[in-house]
Amino acid sequence: MTCLPAKTDKALGLVIDLDTCVGCHACVTACKGWNDQGYGAPLSDQNPYGSDPSGTFLNRVHSYQVVPDLTGGVQAAAQIINFPRSCLHCADAPCVTVCPTGASYKRVEDGIVLVNEDACIGCGLCAWACPYGAREMDADAGVMKKCTLCVDRIYNENLPEEDREPACVRTCPTGARHFGDLGDPDSDVSKLVASRGGYDLMPEQATRPTNKYLPPRKKDRPDQASLLAPLLDIQATGFAGWLDKVLGKL
Amino acid sequence: MHPARSVIIFTVLSGLGFGFLAFLGAGLVQPSGWAAFWLWGLGYALAVGGLLSSTFHLGNPQRALLAFTQWRSSWLSREAWAAVAALLCLAPMALSDWLGLGLPRIIGLLGAVLCALTILSTSMIYAQIRAVPRWNNASVPAAFMALALGGGAILADQTGLAVVLLAASGAAMAWHWRQGDQAFAAAGSTMGTATGLGDIGRVEVFELPHTGGNYLLREMIFVVGRKHAQKVRIIAMACAVVLPMVCLLLLPPFVGLLAALAAYLIGAFAQRWLFFAQAEHVVGLYYGKR
Ligand code: SF4
Ligand code: SF4
Ligand code: SF4
Repeated sequence: MTCLPAKTDKALGLVIDLDTCVGCHACVTACKGWNDQGYGAPLSDQNPYGSDPSGTFLNRVHSYQVVPDLTGGVQAAAQIINFPRSCLHCADAPCVTVCPTGASYKRVEDGIVLVNEDACIGCGLCAWACPYGAREMDADAGVMKKCTLCVDRIYNENLPEEDREPACVRTCPTGARHFGDLGDPDSDVSKLVASRGGYDLMPEQATRPTNKYLPPRKKDRPDQASLLAPLLDIQATGFAGWLDKVLGKL
Repeated sequence: MHPARSVIIFTVLSGLGFGFLAFLGAGLVQPSGWAAFWLWGLGYALAVGGLLSSTFHLGNPQRALLAFTQWRSSWLSREAWAAVAALLCLAPMALSDWLGLGLPRIIGLLGAVLCALTILSTSMIYAQIRAVPRWNNASVPAAFMALALGGGAILADQTGLAVVLLAASGAAMAWHWRQGDQAFAAAGSTMGTATGLGDIGRVEVFELPHTGGNYLLREMIFVVGRKHAQKVRIIAMACAVVLPMVCLLLLPPFVGLLAALAAYLIGAFAQRWLFFAQAEHVVGLYYGKR
């Protein structure tokens, strides 16, 4: 049923630390790898070794350059921020309500948003409704693919305990991805969000995302346009210094 | 948004078909005998043909019947119901006109209302999508409804009504463009809100997440041809609104109708192409594109 549950027992989701992420794309690869063999149709690639490769992914890592606003007429150095983007398992998920077939649904027990691929007609409307580009139609299977929050790992008793978390979280070498119940204020992830000022993406879209992003930490010393600036300001001494002064006066 | 051919054909033809069926149902034209057969047949052919065309863009059309299940939340599902209900409800009226059965007109009137609901549902599929600000407002149902009914009135050979509805369609179109041009800014989504990094400063793309294309870029970040938008608007307004009026008013009856219809179709296709091609999805912000 594509009506949304009024409340879910848990709100499982991810917390992504933009301070820590180094943009290595390991989560992208781990996600693609796991979802090639697990839940539903495998994520296909088209023309992977050709001139115009394309494929289905559930997680993508962008890199942004953020140029800080001028403070007191001083331009601080730009920051590079790597930005993983996947389904946010929204509480008010517009992708679910638009689905005509009931293929898209949000689970009452844990809030995970899933696609039942056997019912999906591949109309693509849910991908239009998602503001975050979290859904991609698989060109081979003609069904909608999206992050499953690795539902086939997190409850999977055939896996060793430490592997019962999403593939992207498990693989992240810097620990920039955290998984847990964001509906429980006492969970580790909720505490992390509270202490680091975690935020929602595009709150104006009124989707109430479950996943939260942690902002880059403030720099511990004032930024400069270039870290090399002090080294570049060379003061000539001795004969060269005298020459510099004389020539400067001419 | 990518202007998919099947969806443009679907919305224009089935809109015209349901607009025409509404006039036939309401009894504004009351053909009889074989004339009724052909006119009703034309209405059904347009409506059904359009609906069939829409299934061409499905990944798995063999499961299309499942689209009837979620009418409680989904406008696409409601559209499916309204369309089938309208077509079924009008069938006895069509037979009655053709064979002179004399069934009460109230059946046709009910069918006409269902036709209008179908057109409304089609437009709401787009108007409900908040992530495409240009679509997410009342001008969309107004423009769809007026365009479909205006076309229906041309086919129904109702010159007076057609002129009024075409004028309304022109007004709704202009409203949609005006509203649409301000919509993205009004929605308030920027690269800053999309990434949440706007508090730090100006956000720019440093590197894209993939070097090749993907579904998002193909489907939702369609930028080709937008630079001709102004010209296409003029074509749409001239062909879908002004020319049909002129043809209907100045040319001899049958020739006028055919010329008006031809112009209308060109204009309607231009308008619908633009409706998609110009619509910007907020996901483009992640890619630094709109
Ligand atoms: S991020 Fe997109 S696909 Fe995921 S729940 Fe929210 S709206 Fe749906
Ligand atoms: S593509 Fe599939 S899951 Fe998405 S709205 Fe259509 S039927 Fe539902
Ligand atoms: S939770 Fe699983 S499916 Fe979702 S992005 Fe991570 S690895 Fe991919």
